[in-house]
Amino acid sequence: MSTGSRAATRRPRRSLAPYAFLAPAVLLFAAFLALPIGYAVYLSLRTVKVRGLGLGKGSREQVWAGLSNYSKALTDPDFAASVLRVAAYGVIVVPTMLGLALLFALLLDTPRARARKFSRLAIFLPYAVPAVISSLLWGFLYLPSVSPFHHVADRLGWPLPDLLSSGNVIFAVANIAVWGGVGFNMVVIYTALKAIPSEIYEAAELDGCGQIAIAWRIKVPVVLPSLIMTFVFSLIATLQVFAEPVTLRPLTNTISSTWTPLMKVYRDAFTRDDLHSAAATSVILAFATFVLSYGFLRLVQSRAFGQENR
Amino acid sequence: MRRHIGLGLTAFAAAAALLLAGCSGSDEPAAEQGPKENVKLTFWTWAPNMDKVVATWNAAHPEIQVTVNKQDGGDPAVTKLLTAIKAGSGAPDVMQAEYQKIPTLVSADALADLTGKLDQGTAGHFPETVWKSVTLGTDAVYGVPQDSGPMQFYYRTDIFKQYGLQVPTTWDEYAQVARKLHAADPKKYLGTFSANDPGWFAGLAQQAGASWWSIDGESWSVSVDDEPTVKVADFWGGLVQDGVIDNKPMYTPEWNAALNNGTQVGWLSAIWAPGVLEGNAAATKGKWAMAPMPQWTPDQPATGNWGGSATSVTSQSKHPAEAAKFIEWLNTSPEAVTALAKVSGVYPSDQPGQAAALSAPPAFFANQPDFYPKAAEIAKTARSFTFGPNVNVAYSAYTDEFGKAAQAKSKAGFTAAIKAMQTTTLENLKSSGFSVK
Repeated sequence: MSTGSRAATRRPRRSLAPYAFLAPAVLLFAAFLALPIGYAVYLSLRTVKVRGLGLGKGSREQVWAGLSNYSKALTDPDFAASVLRVAAYGVIVVPTMLGLALLFALLLDTPRARARKFSRLAIFLPYAVPAVISSLLWGFLYLPSVSPFHHVADRLGWPLPDLLSSGNVIFAVANIAVWGGVGFNMVVIYTALKAIPSEIYEAAELDGCGQIAIAWRIKVPVVLPSLIMTFVFSLIATLQVFAEPVTLRPLTNTISSTWTPLMKVYRDAFTRDDLHSAAATSVILAFATFVLSYGFLRLVQSRAFGQENR
Repeated sequence: MRRHIGLGLTAFAAAAALLLAGCSGSDEPAAEQGPKENVKLTFWTWAPNMDKVVATWNAAHPEIQVTVNKQDGGDPAVTKLLTAIKAGSGAPDVMQAEYQKIPTLVSADALADLTGKLDQGTAGHFPETVWKSVTLGTDAVYGVPQDSGPMQFYYRTDIFKQYGLQVPTTWDEYAQVARKLHAADPKKYLGTFSANDPGWFAGLAQQAGASWWSIDGESWSVSVDDEPTVKVADFWGGLVQDGVIDNKPMYTPEWNAALNNGTQVGWLSAIWAPGVLEGNAAATKGKWAMAPMPQWTPDQPATGNWGGSATSVTSQSKHPAEAAKFIEWLNTSPEAVTALAKVSGVYPSDQPGQAAALSAPPAFFANQPDFYPKAAEIAKTARSFTFGPNVNVAYSAYTDEFGKAAQAKSKAGFTAAIKAMQTTTLENLKSSGFSVK
């Protein structure tokens, strides 16, 4: 405090001003991000030890656990299975979702597109439906005996497969995510497309380019940064998939309580009342998210953003 | 300049705080000497219309006012309570606690021991097996029983008549009826094996004579894979493998539809089933009847429990004596027990008040006038069952393991699921540091 005041009297504005501007951001960051993360790391290094029957006062105490919560999480076959499942889920969801988003954005951007506003809204609307509600809606559509699709298909004599069976359930969950996510990503890409000056298209048309060639050679390369951004968002959303499988779980035998890594965190914290294991798994998950998104950005940065940097 | 003002303000605030603290400090003894202040209690419960039952108490006891705080259900309420206990504040005074959660709550030091705070005769109001659920077999008392869920067999009389089926009295007969019905109409099932309802399976195992936990001196022992449970699992595994019993979970839109359209013809459920059927299959009113559970040994009739809860006082309550008085009234006084049955629709555990409270059958079972007398006879055959401090772990292992087994429709899978449940439950106790035999 004393040094600050002396500095302030000597060089009033220049040295204090930047800190004053920074203060709100630093405070918010510290209070709502750094502190909770620090506390989670602390919890992950602790554990509760019970004595005897564990009944009554003073029978449990918190002790240091070292890295044992981490080794338990990393060697847990359920956790490994949930990670592999989410990887497979990501392989299904991300390319499908971004592919459809790009396709819809390009289609909406072609000069001959009609009912543009309506289509844009219609494709975007599912994004406004909360994941829990969309999962309930889709859940009803998946259950063979209440689904109108199954009803019609059975009448026509083309029995549909049970989408909630062991082999299919990952597609059932992925479908909900794709349905909900395409609209948002399409709007991001479409906005980037709108920013392209029309002279470029005119020049391309004079050079004899068709709409497909324009899309492929001009539009896609120009919106690449948006595609990368939506990819990173989708990657993070994939690692955090939770609401859809949790909502579908009561409807079927095929979604276990540790179906995704976040579900394992939830089970540890609230079913098993073991905050410490949950904290360790959360830290692992946060670290993996950071490495994957940062690593991917580093990998593609030079290519996609090379021009901007120069 | 500004800093000086700030310092001044801080000093002023500190002085004011000191003054205030001084005031309240000198006030306290005065309050103790004066007339006793009204006690305010909060009560977490999910029983419907509990506020109406509590209003009777509030009217008669202006000095102990109880506020009902409606909860979503057993699991979320326990999660909230455990969080409040860890945080050191925020827990209610009184809490509805399902029997299977009591050891978990006691182990987390969430419940107050009511020894000496209850009337001597309180224990005598309840069947011994029910009272044991609130004492855990120790000298402590962790609550007063409120309702129980003795299990019975519910079936569609019209469909039984249509296919010439007899109500099964043994599990062998149950299997035969299941096969006969499914052969007559492949769309129809006598029931379903629900991997989402561990409490249901625990009740079936209890009926067969299982008790998954026990206290042996200063140690716990875990026997999820005891002989009766394996017998029950094998029985259901066989029926599911042959496809004569459905393998879909209960409480899904699909199951509701099946109850309504008669593809689910029976339900092994508990005393509260009429309410569920009324809500989920309203169109089938008057077509159901209740019978005792099918038996393993017909000359020793037995049943299990699915559900049921006690009312407990939490360890954070500042007024445990007053809270104990309230829960005793709620669960043993004739007026409250009658109100619980009529207004809240629970099946009271209180033996003296039960018969008067349940004079007429539930509206949905008006065709069975002896519904409650019959249920009371069945309830007397309930076997004892000890729950342990990690029921939640065992139950979540049940949903995972039996989910796989039911989906695969494999009898061997059912046996493996029981073994996996045992391993998970035992390992969890050991790794938490509990003394385990």
